[in-house]
Amino acid sequence: MSVAIKANRLTPYMFLAPAGIILIFALLYPIGYMIYASFLDWSPSQRIGQAEFIGFRNYVNLWGDGAFRESFWVTIRFAAIVVTLEMVLGVGLALLLDRNIKGMAMLRTVFILPMMIAPIVVGLMWRYMYHPTVGIFNRTLKNFGFEGIPWLSDSTWSFIAIVIADVWQWTPFIFILALAAMQSLPRSALEAAEIDGANEWQKILMIKLPLMMPVLIVTLLLRLIDAFKVLEVILVLTNGGPGLSTEILALRIFRTAQEFQELGEAAAMSNLLLMMLMALTIGMFAYSRVQEARLARQRAAVEKDAD
Amino acid sequence: MPRIRLENLVKRYGDVEVLHGINLDMDENEFTVLVGPSGCGKSTTLRMIAGLETVSDGEIFINDRPVSNLEPKARDLAMVFQDYALYPHMNVARNMFFALRLQRRPKKEIDEKVGNVAEMLGLTDFLHRKPGELSGGQRQRVAMGRALTRDAGTFLFDEPLSNLDAKLRGQMRAELALMRQKVRKNMIYVTHDQIEAMTLGDRIVVMHGGYIQQQGTPEELFKRPANKFVAGFLGSPPMNFLQAEIQDLSGQPVVRGKGFELALPAEKATAAASQTSNAVTLGIRPSDLHFSPDASDQEAVDLQVIVSEYIGAQSVLLCDCGGQKVEVELKSETPIALGETLRFAVNREGIHMFDRETEVAIR
Repeated sequence: MSVAIKANRLTPYMFLAPAGIILIFALLYPIGYMIYASFLDWSPSQRIGQAEFIGFRNYVNLWGDGAFRESFWVTIRFAAIVVTLEMVLGVGLALLLDRNIKGMAMLRTVFILPMMIAPIVVGLMWRYMYHPTVGIFNRTLKNFGFEGIPWLSDSTWSFIAIVIADVWQWTPFIFILALAAMQSLPRSALEAAEIDGANEWQKILMIKLPLMMPVLIVTLLLRLIDAFKVLEVILVLTNGGPGLSTEILALRIFRTAQEFQELGEAAAMSNLLLMMLMALTIGMFAYSRVQEARLARQRAAVEKDAD
Repeated sequence: MPRIRLENLVKRYGDVEVLHGINLDMDENEFTVLVGPSGCGKSTTLRMIAGLETVSDGEIFINDRPVSNLEPKARDLAMVFQDYALYPHMNVARNMFFALRLQRRPKKEIDEKVGNVAEMLGLTDFLHRKPGELSGGQRQRVAMGRALTRDAGTFLFDEPLSNLDAKLRGQMRAELALMRQKVRKNMIYVTHDQIEAMTLGDRIVVMHGGYIQQQGTPEELFKRPANKFVAGFLGSPPMNFLQAEIQDLSGQPVVRGKGFELALPAEKATAAASQTSNAVTLGIRPSDLHFSPDASDQEAVDLQVIVSEYIGAQSVLLCDCGGQKVEVELKSETPIALGETLRFAVNREGIHMFDRETEVAIR
C-alpha cells in the first residue's frame, strides 16, 4: 500500500528524469565548464588540465580592454535602439491593423513573415540589398540621381544597416504579441470610453496602452534578452566591421575564441553576458510575480468583502 | 431634458435586416424600457441611440436634431453596460470622473460631483479601490456612479442587472427605482426580464423579431395586450392559451373549446362578431382563474391537476383542460390531490382573444 503511494508520488519525477539528465549534460555541465574555464589561461592547443589557473585575471584584463568595452557599448546601444524602434513600430502597427477590413488576415500574415526566415538567410539577403553597386538600395538611389550610400563600409552607416535589418526581422514579434493583447482588451470598456467622450488618441493613451502594459513589458524584456544575444545576421552582414563599429558582444566572444585563441578570456566574456541576461530574465520573472501577487491581493479583498 | 425620437430606424448586417423600421417617441424625463427575448433587436436599438452601431436607415432625433451621424460623445449620453465596462486600471474615483477629466472641468467641481454621487450610492469607502477589488454588486454601483457623475441628458442601460445573482438583482432593482425618484432624466433601459420592465418603466416597449409589438404603460400592456406575443411575454406565470371557437348559442355568444364553454361579455362578443373567422386563441392569465367549486358552467373551466409546484404561500398547478395545458395559482393550504378535477371561475375582464392566424388581439 505505502509502496504503491510512494511509487505514485515518484511517477512525475520519473517522467521528468530524462529531460533533467539531458539538461544536466547539455546545459549545466557546459556552463560549469565555462565558469571554470574563465579562470584559466587556456589556448585551444592545450588540454584543459594543462591550462594555467590565473584566478580573476581574465576579468581584470577585460576591464582594461578598450576593445571589449567598445563592443560592450555597441551591444548596449544596439539593443536599446532596436528594441525601442521595434516596440514603437510593432505597437503602432498593431494599433493600425486592429480592425476588420477585408484582407486584414492576409496582411497580418505578410507582416509576420520576416520572423520566420532563418537569421543567416536574413543576413545574406540584406548583404545583397546593401551591396554598394548591385544592391537594390544604391541602385534605386542612383536611378534617382543620388549618391550611393556606403552601407557596410562606413562605421556609422553599417551600424544603421544592422539596426534596419534587425528591426525588419523582429518588429513582427512585437506586432503579433501587441495585436493579441489588443484583441483581448475588453470591448465594452473601449465603448464606455467612447461614450465618455474620449477621442482615438485618448482611447489609445488612457485605455488601450495602460491595459496592454503587462504584456508589453514582458514582450520588451523578451526582445531585450534576444537583442543581447544577436549574432548570425551581424556576422554575415558586417562581421563586426568596419573597425569595431558593429562588433556586438556575441561576435567579440566568437572572435576571441576563434581568431585570438583565448579560450579563458572568451569564457569570461560569456560569463558577463550570461549574468546580464540572467538579470533581465530574473527581472522578467520578478515582474510577473509582482503582477500575480497583486491579482491575488485583489481577489482576497473581494472575498473578504463577501464575508 | 431632451426628447428622443426614432424614425423608421433600420439596421442591416450585410443582407440580414435585424431592425425593420422602429418608430418610437419618448417623452421628456421618461423611463422607457425596451423589453423582449434574446435577438429581438432591443440592444441593437439602444446601441444605435448610443452611437456604438451605425444606422442603416432612418434617423434618430435628440431634441429634433438628427444625430445618427454624430459620434457618441456628441450625443450627451451616459451608459451603463451589462458587464459594467469599468476601466480596470483606474480606481473607482478615476472611473467615475473619467468623462469630466476629458472635458477638462475644474478639479473642485470634479471632486464635488464624485463626492456627491459616491455618497448617494454608498461608494465613499471604495473610491481608491480598483474594480478588480470590488464585488459584483459594488462594480454595478460604480458603473451607475460613472453614468451619474457624467451628468448627461440621457441615461442608457444595457441589461445592467443581468450579471447579478437573483437576490442582488432584486436589491439593485429597488435601488434603481429609488435613484429614479432622485434623478429626473431621460432613461432608456434594455432588459429581457419582464419583471424589471414592469417595475421600473414609465413606458414599456415590447420588441420581438426586430419589430415593436406594442408600447404603453405597464398597466396598459398587461391589461390590453395588442397581440398574443405581448400577452404571453408579460406576466408571471405566463398567460394560458387555449384553442377555441366563437359560437352563438341561441343569442348568447360563447367561446368554446375542448372541455370548456365560456359566456362572452357583451363588448367582446361585439368585437368577435366583426371577425371573419370563428377560430380564435383564448388567453387567460393564471391570476384571472379562481378556485371556485360552486361557479356555474359558463363562468368556469374544469381543470385536472397534473403537477403541483409548491412555492410557499402559493402553489402553481399545471393542469389539463381537454388535452391542452393550463397553469393556475392556488393557496397552498387548499387540500387537493393530483389527478383531481377542480373548477376555476374565470374573471370576465380576464378573457383575452386573439385571431388564430394573425395573433392580433380581438377587442
